[in-house]
Amino acid sequence: MPLTDSALQEEHAAPRKQRVVNDFSLQVATVNGSGSQTANLVLLRSILLMGVPVSGKNMFPSNIAGLPTWYTIRASKRGYTGRKKEVDFLVAMNPETAKEDVLTLEPGAAVVYDEPLKLNALRSDLVFYPVPFDKLVAPVCSDAKLRRLVRNMIYDGILAKLLGIDLTFMDKALGRQMGKKAKAVALNQAALKAGWDFAEANLTKQDPFALEPMNLTAGKILIEGNQAAAIGCLMAGVTVVAWYPITPSSSLVESLIGYMKKHRVDKETGKATFAVVQAEDEIASLGMVIGASWAGARSMTSTSGPGISLMSEFTGLAYYAETPAVIFDVQRVGPSTGLPTRTAQGDLLFVAVLSHGDTKHIMLLPSSVEECYAMAMEAFELAEHFQTPVFVMLDLDLGMNNWMSDGFEYPTKPIDRGKLLTPDVLKRLGEWGRYRDVDGDGIAYRTVPGDGMPAYFTRGSGHNAKGQYSERPDDYVENMNRLARKFETARRFVPKPVIETVAGAKVGLVGYGTSHWAMIESRDQLREESDVKTSYFRLRAYPFDDHELAAFIDAHERIYVIEQNRDAQLLQLMKLDLSPERVAKLRSVRHYNGLPIDARSVTDDVLSQEGYEVAERNGRVARAGMTGGE
Amino acid sequence: MTTPLKVNRIGLEPQIYKGSKTTLCAGCGHNAISERIIDAFYEMGVDPRRVIKLSGIGCSSKSPAYFMGGSHGFNAVHGRMPSVATGALLANKKLIAIGVSGDGDTSAIGIGQFVHLMRRNLPIVYIIEDNGCYGLTKGQFSPTADLGSTLKTGVVNDLPPIDTCALAIELGATFVARSFSGDKKQLLALLKAALAHRGTAMLDVISPCVTFNDHEGSTKSYAYAKDHDDPLEELSFVPFFEDISVDYEPGSTQEVTMHDGSKLYLKKLDEVFDPTDKIAALSRLREIARRGEFATGLIYFEPDRDDFLAQLNLIDEPLASLPPSRVRPGQEALDEIMDSLR
Repeated sequence: MPLTDSALQEEHAAPRKQRVVNDFSLQVATVNGSGSQTANLVLLRSILLMGVPVSGKNMFPSNIAGLPTWYTIRASKRGYTGRKKEVDFLVAMNPETAKEDVLTLEPGAAVVYDEPLKLNALRSDLVFYPVPFDKLVAPVCSDAKLRRLVRNMIYDGILAKLLGIDLTFMDKALGRQMGKKAKAVALNQAALKAGWDFAEANLTKQDPFALEPMNLTAGKILIEGNQAAAIGCLMAGVTVVAWYPITPSSSLVESLIGYMKKHRVDKETGKATFAVVQAEDEIASLGMVIGASWAGARSMTSTSGPGISLMSEFTGLAYYAETPAVIFDVQRVGPSTGLPTRTAQGDLLFVAVLSHGDTKHIMLLPSSVEECYAMAMEAFELAEHFQTPVFVMLDLDLGMNNWMSDGFEYPTKPIDRGKLLTPDVLKRLGEWGRYRDVDGDGIAYRTVPGDGMPAYFTRGSGHNAKGQYSERPDDYVENMNRLARKFETARRFVPKPVIETVAGAKVGLVGYGTSHWAMIESRDQLREESDVKTSYFRLRAYPFDDHELAAFIDAHERIYVIEQNRDAQLLQLMKLDLSPERVAKLRSVRHYNGLPIDARSVTDDVLSQEGYEVAERNGRVARAGMTGGE
Repeated sequence: MTTPLKVNRIGLEPQIYKGSKTTLCAGCGHNAISERIIDAFYEMGVDPRRVIKLSGIGCSSKSPAYFMGGSHGFNAVHGRMPSVATGALLANKKLIAIGVSGDGDTSAIGIGQFVHLMRRNLPIVYIIEDNGCYGLTKGQFSPTADLGSTLKTGVVNDLPPIDTCALAIELGATFVARSFSGDKKQLLALLKAALAHRGTAMLDVISPCVTFNDHEGSTKSYAYAKDHDDPLEELSFVPFFEDISVDYEPGSTQEVTMHDGSKLYLKKLDEVFDPTDKIAALSRLREIARRGEFATGLIYFEPDRDDFLAQLNLIDEPLASLPPSRVRPGQEALDEIMDSLR
């Protein structure tokens, strides 16, 4: 009989006496706009500097200031950076949510809280550390306006003492965060010290959670996926960027602007080798990208679901007229405005066939910040090679949260602009037609205005191989079949899946994007806790590698398709490529409450579908506190 | 014995500036505009390989196929040509752009992009082939149809028209003109001046639809346009490459120097009108409209404002053709970025 969850539950219910080192999740609950981000990032980075694998996730409201926000830091000696469902250590700074935050904790968790909130009366199975923040901050900061911000640094000092973070790490992290602002550094250092001193004199360590230095983070960087993608765009040599602000994608272009200003301004003339336009809407953004690509520039835009909806008509034009375009979709929760500051993989099915008529689009599916960087570069290559829109599908979790990563490698592949007609090629071909498939791969040679090569008339209306207007049935069919052929060519060009086949495993897991982080942890849980061996197939692009996918399904009895949306969009899309026998093996695991998918949810769902009895554990994921201002 | 071929200043024959055969109705105003565009580009000696022709959707938007066959063209989606044109010019600022739109393509579905094109002052010649109706879908009213104007079926338009010229002036366009497809001389002079201008040159050209909007009761018919065209000035255009001096009686004519050095002479037909005065231009436009006529000619001109591309401080070469070495930063740049993240 496998180790069941009820056994685990009993184990958890007992008071946790044994030290838990480098393996816990800490949550800071504050008010949006209170300036806690600096304190959170200092804490995050100081754990990284200790050599302990760490990740940070910001759960924030769609609001400028005043609504509750939670920042979760996970330290994991095993390197897990996905969301952990349970919070082990809470810093309760927000009176609005404090009660709810405390009530949802697992027994044995620890709480640092603002003393006047009197949270210790709420439960007897937690460890409470009351801290008089107002009293501590007053002597540190004479400026009343700054106190609200500096207050946060005090909890960093408290945590340093309670968890065992040497203040030198904190100071170093503070220096990274604040840069050369000496006055600000000094002020915050004083706050750290005040917190530390208070904890040393007044708090007795009672919880089991502790940090100890390791050596697992040497050379690692901390970065958000949007920023990583921006670095990829910079290195890809993007020259025209058009965008419209939208959460959670804005920081992609904003980071890019910062990097371009630094690294893409001609040293001699002081002039830019790039253009960025904040357009009037997402429609115009993609229109500009298409115009720029048509005229030969490497061009991109970045958006989220509502912008994707608006871009559908232009996407069809780019597909049919065959102009390159790179579109980043940092997915948030839909439909409609949905939950603008929460994460989902909800656009996959829509983007795959975006626009009316028969269309199919290349999508790249990064899981990590490193892949955001690499796939950003890959997207430009593919868009120009295939002369078609390429979508890079991030999500809010990847795009806006802090991830640990190895440093990014300098690109080894030279920039390839695809099939551009040159005098030599023209000589070889004899006659050129804009949409003539001369190589059998569905990809025709194109010319760009101003290149001195033959002109053509680009149109979204029916056209023949020469690019002339045509409504002839044979021209239409020939062109559409060539476009389908081009898409099949792309199937062999896009990033390959990452496959891990485990000997003897009857169960296969299929997923993509940020689900990866929950899935690798869940696979360990399944194996270690329930002796369920699993193989793993991580998709990295659409069109899928149908051969590999079929082989993987054939090698297993049951396939769990894991994704972050309600309607099993990935599974639906896979069906298009699979025989009915293979489709019959597919099962669905879905997570769609707006929070990043976590390993425990995956494990429980898979076990339950495998016929194990799974006890209800910490099902309180949707909290009343997250309903916003209503 | 061969007769010497007629060529322009860059040695090209008129034939080069022609396009494919029009598929629009015989007598369509749009065809006359295409002919004037061919004349203007030929006479100005513009290299067709540097020209891009863009359009949206509709009868008007088909017309770029019917002129300048040696230039790249882009028939985009309905009402969104301005963004495509903007992108193309960002990619290559050395291109000469002409956009052809219609009254529906601009003032209905495309009003949003039109507004922002005018605001940005993108260097483009933007022509509205304005017939007050949707021809391809059999003659429904567009938003430029005048109040009280009737359809062939007798339906009366009871909404006020959008005056694209007044809107363009308000929004910041730096060259705003209105003309009539039947006025060859005026239209040609305006098109040449528009080509000599650096910034958005917006031309609203009344261009009757012979099939759906040329009847009694229409205010966009040939007959109505001929009777109600109120030219603000008599235009003479002298390109920069022609050494011609024009004598005129002081006070009777305004001389305007364009960005490329060409000169536009505005012989006043109206005693008080200065096209560089924004408020005067707007009020003149309104006064003439109030008496049921439409003002034609150069309505507004602002020579000094930077165009959109100039504001972006772009490198001199086209962004599109920068070699990889100029657009991919070196290893040291990536190292610097990585270090900042550790």
